[in-house]
Amino acid sequence: MTDAEIRAVALATLLSIAPEVEVDELRDDRTLRSQVDLDSMDWLNFLLGLHEKLKVEIPEADYAKLITLNDVVAYLQKKLGAG
Amino acid sequence: MIEFKLPSLGSDMDEGTLLEWKVGVGDKVKKGQVVAIVDTTKAAVDVEIWQEGVVHELIAEIGQKLPVGAVMALLLEAGETAPAKVGAGGTAKPVTAAAPAVAAAVPITPPAAAVVAAAAPGRRMISPAARKHAEEQGIDLDGITGTGPHGAVTLEDVENAAAARPAPAAEKAAIKPAEPQASRAADMRKTIAAAMSRSKREIPHYYVSEDIPLAKALAWLQAANAQRPMAERLLPAVLLLKAVAMALKRYPELNGYWRDGGFVPVAAINLGVAISLRQGGLIAPALLNADGKPLTLLMQELTDLVKRTRAGSLRSSEMNEATITVTNLGDQGSQAVFGVITPPQVALVGFGRVAERPWAENGGLKVLPVVTASLSADHRISDGHRGALFLIELNELLQRPEELEK
Repeated sequence: MTDAEIRAVALATLLSIAPEVEVDELRDDRTLRSQVDLDSMDWLNFLLGLHEKLKVEIPEADYAKLITLNDVVAYLQKKLGAG
Repeated sequence: MIEFKLPSLGSDMDEGTLLEWKVGVGDKVKKGQVVAIVDTTKAAVDVEIWQEGVVHELIAEIGQKLPVGAVMALLLEAGETAPAKVGAGGTAKPVTAAAPAVAAAVPITPPAAAVVAAAAPGRRMISPAARKHAEEQGIDLDGITGTGPHGAVTLEDVENAAAARPAPAAEKAAIKPAEPQASRAADMRKTIAAAMSRSKREIPHYYVSEDIPLAKALAWLQAANAQRPMAERLLPAVLLLKAVAMALKRYPELNGYWRDGGFVPVAAINLGVAISLRQGGLIAPALLNADGKPLTLLMQELTDLVKRTRAGSLRSSEMNEATITVTNLGDQGSQAVFGVITPPQVALVGFGRVAERPWAENGGLKVLPVVTASLSADHRISDGHRGALFLIELNELLQRPEELEK
């Protein structure tokens, strides 16, 4: 998958949890959770959605590394490449 | 004959509009079965019945606005036979505003007065599934003609509208806030305003707080989660909820209701969990019997409750059986929260953000994850001393997380 494809999956997952998100206004290099109001349950569901769609295992210890949309895409790309 | 009445759908709601019957005349119903969907200012609620019988007559009509306690249906008890019918009309049914309400929804011009009397202001008959789908798709429900019973908008209507809309229109619909949503938000604000004003007017609140170190609890949780598949991992919130439920067992004066000038303790510990809605406002449905449930089950139930609260499909027992409320600001919140008690409950437990803070212990200083727990309680029933002891008990329970698991 290309980075753009992974980003599209991540955005679709995000929209399923927070339908009010204005995708065009999201900055890929800014903290995702400060741009989108996601509580801990939303965040868990977001990661779970990525896990289900991309069949990628995300250990809890890695949650803290995923801060911006860029981080999420890079992390998933690495995982997909390794798998 | 059993009279099935509209139950209270939360202490702050005194009426509801019937959206849908889930049973018909002649159907056998069991305890806990969902028999109707009733719209309130906060959500469409699946109303359960707690008696067994056979549906004899559905009195409430779709679209009818009903006060809490209104007889919605009559049921025959086991072994009971139907009373003799009075002509073709069946049992004597009070003709109320319900009849014109139905007429108002079909495209003939009803008498203006009837519309005013009957139609719920600004509310159309929309099935919860249709409402949810329309919201997801950004479809304006105003533009949809309902084809369901009495002109109700069904899921199919919304799907058809979604398929039919041209792309630019879709964009426009997504941007424009749908009218029923806006009106619901305004209604919900009014409901919250009424309940919270009543609380601050009538309940003499006192507040106590305690900083609780969470190093042990979070380390235990991390180890437990490392063994679990992603879908079964636990959030710290679940541990906090379980600890509250366990602590309440020793402080029954915090769990129950203030009714008719006195305290009514409740044996069951049903935690009302304050859940914020994306469109604004909040609902605090109950996690029933939280003290007796293992963490895994509590986590599943919490996930399900949050999902259903946001989708607008809660059950009546969840709306009216909370015995205390817990508000958890989570990791995006502020350091501490001192909440307003939901009447007729008598206490509220608040958790601020879990964050690393300096912690003095045994003459030394370390950095630990800490949460500030607070208790708002009704001074007519308990005192600050007992409230403080409750928080100390909560702290001690959270230092032994393994004992909270089962």
